[in-house]
Amino acid sequence: MSNQTDTQTKIVGKPVPRKEGRAKVTGAARYIDDLRMDGMLYGATVRSAVPRGRIREIKFGAGLPWDEFVVVTAADIPGENCVALILLDQPYLVAKFINHAEEPILLLAHADKHLLEKARRAVTFDVEPLSPIFTLEESLAKKEIIWGEDNIFKSYQVNKGNVDEVWAQADFIIEGEYRTGAQEQLYIEPNGVIAVANADAGVTVWGSMQCPYYVHKALLKLFALPEEKIRVIQTETGGGFGGKEEYPSMIAGHAALLSWKAGGRPVKIIYDRAEDMVATTKRHPSRTRHRTAVNKDGKLLGMEIEFVIDGGAYATLSSVVLSRGTIHAAGPYNCPNVRINAHAVATNVPPHGAFRGFGAPQSIFALERHLDKVAQVVGLSPAEFRRRNFIHEGETTATGQVIREPVDMEGLLARAFELTDYQAKRERFARANEGRSLKRGIGFASFMHGAGFTGSGEVYLQSIVGAEAGADGRVRLLAASTEIGQGTNTIFAQIAADALQIDFDLIEVAQPDTSNVPNSGPTVASRTTMIVGKLVESAALGLKQTLQNSGLLKANYTTDDWRAACRRHVEQFGLLKSFSQYKPPPGINWDEGKYQGDAYGAYAWAVYVAEVTVDMLTYEARVEDFVALQEVGKVVHPVLAAGQIEGGVAQAIGFTLYENVVWSEGRMLNNQMTNYIIPTSADIPPIRVYFEEQPYAYGPAGAKGIGELPMDGGAPAILNAIEHATGVAFNHVPLLPEALMQALNQTA
Amino acid sequence: MKRKKDRGAKGNAPDAAERESSAAEHESCADELIQLLSEDGAARRRFLKQTLLAGGGLAAANLLFSYHARASAHTSAAADAAAAPSNKLSTIPVTLRVNGRDYPLQLEPQVMLLDALRERIGLTGSKKGCDRGQCGACTVLADGHRINSCLALAASYDGAEITTIEGLARGDELHPLQAAFIKHDGFQCGYCTPGQIMSAAGLLREGCPTGMTVRECMSGNICRCGAYNGILAAIEEVRGSKA
Repeated sequence: MSNQTDTQTKIVGKPVPRKEGRAKVTGAARYIDDLRMDGMLYGATVRSAVPRGRIREIKFGAGLPWDEFVVVTAADIPGENCVALILLDQPYLVAKFINHAEEPILLLAHADKHLLEKARRAVTFDVEPLSPIFTLEESLAKKEIIWGEDNIFKSYQVNKGNVDEVWAQADFIIEGEYRTGAQEQLYIEPNGVIAVANADAGVTVWGSMQCPYYVHKALLKLFALPEEKIRVIQTETGGGFGGKEEYPSMIAGHAALLSWKAGGRPVKIIYDRAEDMVATTKRHPSRTRHRTAVNKDGKLLGMEIEFVIDGGAYATLSSVVLSRGTIHAAGPYNCPNVRINAHAVATNVPPHGAFRGFGAPQSIFALERHLDKVAQVVGLSPAEFRRRNFIHEGETTATGQVIREPVDMEGLLARAFELTDYQAKRERFARANEGRSLKRGIGFASFMHGAGFTGSGEVYLQSIVGAEAGADGRVRLLAASTEIGQGTNTIFAQIAADALQIDFDLIEVAQPDTSNVPNSGPTVASRTTMIVGKLVESAALGLKQTLQNSGLLKANYTTDDWRAACRRHVEQFGLLKSFSQYKPPPGINWDEGKYQGDAYGAYAWAVYVAEVTVDMLTYEARVEDFVALQEVGKVVHPVLAAGQIEGGVAQAIGFTLYENVVWSEGRMLNNQMTNYIIPTSADIPPIRVYFEEQPYAYGPAGAKGIGELPMDGGAPAILNAIEHATGVAFNHVPLLPEALMQALNQTA
Repeated sequence: MKRKKDRGAKGNAPDAAERESSAAEHESCADELIQLLSEDGAARRRFLKQTLLAGGGLAAANLLFSYHARASAHTSAAADAAAAPSNKLSTIPVTLRVNGRDYPLQLEPQVMLLDALRERIGLTGSKKGCDRGQCGACTVLADGHRINSCLALAASYDGAEITTIEGLARGDELHPLQAAFIKHDGFQCGYCTPGQIMSAAGLLREGCPTGMTVRECMSGNICRCGAYNGILAAIEEVRGSKA
């Protein structure tokens, strides 16, 4: 290897090839279903057909060799029958009370997959039905109490100033109601795990997942074993988008229970696509109500916001989804008086869960649609109204967080308009649409997204990252943060290579395995680059410092010097290791009780512009052009970063125009990829991605988080554009041709 | 009974309403036909229903006919075996020629090509994303044409020249498409990637029909990560260099 890196060429900011790229394009990458073990059984889950009821009897149909099957019910659970997450309300298997359709009741395993499927269909339940509730309105009205005392998983109230005093002074008061639907993550690799479990060896699980330590924590409780007896290993993961944040704890527990009962024979469970779609988590449906006070100069005086999300049958992550949605509900605007009331409520549908954006796409959709309406009432353009209210450095968000970083929303808006020729198109389309059957429109949304866990979340997590250097100078990074396609391995290696000023190829990232890597926290919340990446940087620097302190490495060194120093260190003292633990940046304060303070260490800021056509004959709306402009701190890898934005925007286009979960009796009816439509290559316009870079002092090399941001702005930008094209204000997503037809026929 | 990938179905993505209404029309017909089948296995019934609902047309009708014949044969065989619990079909010899190598196998007639590749031969590069021909992750080439291997009966491909993602590179030298996918970051999680690359390889050979774009010709391969821009850039680069 050359000493080329002596020149200290930075790798951060360069589009180096993905670490796992070659394995993925040659078919060599091994996902969970590509692995098998000797003597392996296949597992299946028998689920409830009804949304709510009490089990009276389990029946096994005739004609099957039931003695050949491993059968697990709630009575077989060695520890506690709950999926440990935030609360302990969700069982692994129903013991008595069913709370949603498709709830797991019984597990089966057999070596013959086909026979297993026959058996799964032959188990039936005699159930005494109970009255279910399916909508957030029914839940709020307490039509039935199905969870706790009032169906409420969590409520927050955010208060800034005194919103009650502004209504009298307002020149305009504008109200609106906005809704978003459930959305299926639809990672192309379905959920899957392999488990080996018995009392002597403990429990080992391999699988597709985002958060190995979530699974670890859940299995501890399920099996009541000591920590070192539980081992969780992430295998190559075919997409997550939040859908593999909490659900893998469920399927891992199921496979492990079967293996436990089978005396430690390996058990593999891979969900069929239809099962994955019907039974696992989706994005929380939401309803947001706005009441906004504005003066005649177009300045925001007060915002009263009610934000409600449907959490499904169990608490899972709803409280945290609600939190992020609540904090983002008032957007990047400077408003002196804000009150937000937020609730996550229970219904008898499968629990809703994490999906990219985590509540923020829902509340931002409402706000950015509402502000177009407010602008119209006040008599300003959507752009001018926002310009008069954008937040600036030194001003405060809804939670009272003082923005300490430079923020230039006006600048972003101006550049986004220039990139799209927005002003000219806005006028030209309005003129040209008259009498045409293909109507064109252009609209935008301006928004921000907080990176990392909300409030004190990162402090509680106490994430740790390790780095170790071998005698050959190779550096291994130890973290539980998973590569799920977003580029974790590559980005961590870039950050470490620059911190150590050594060759990128010398850095490798260990497979996340709870027996080998420390808990760097879950792979969620746009935290991997910004929070965990910073720990990677400091753990790597720790290696260098140790070598320099022990006199093995001089201040200026080459890659060869580095190798030599590592070799000497290993010879003299053994393996060189360094660990780094999270410390909050200075001046971060959060009051969990009052929901006041610094909600996030840093925000990414963005303006997205969508151009659409609406066909007045077919009522199809299409996105023709999309510009995504964002300020995300230092861009660590321009190609991966652009890929994150393009992918998020594609999912947002699906969320807005295509992806409709059809519910019947609390069950998804269209659980296939032919009737739950996600965008194909033919549905997506060329997505044009632009970055502004304003380095963040506490991110690695100045980076902030970006993963969720692109999910936020698409829906409102597209619906704002559709309103521009058609003159009709649509306030719900998904917006399907049926709804367009109905509304446009009425106005015609 | 070799099924070539229906270009029309791959190219034209009907909107949601259209797909649903067409599914509804076919449903009663599908149910009736499915009644004809014996307890051949729930999975196959589901598959048939899928194929019919997806409006598979003539190819599906042919398949169904063939299934019907096999299913009837199986029913009598199973009756003879006096309710053998595992309901196993007798096997037939099939030689699959994959990536230039022959694999003589004994397969049950209902085994799909994807399962034969993954579970009998051990080539796990082709992925199972939906098992219903809806996502394209299982795309392989059969005599140069791209097919969804999860919808293809292995026995029907006896003697055909199958190419999977594992057979694309020449030793250490990547196929130009593989190299271009890396260069343009035409993937994220990688799960749909083998199917995308094989579909692209088939498309390069077929050529894009007049009036259709690469975007449309690749629309049968779904990428939830949304790496479409990179995928298209990679294909265009290789197409350009071939032209």
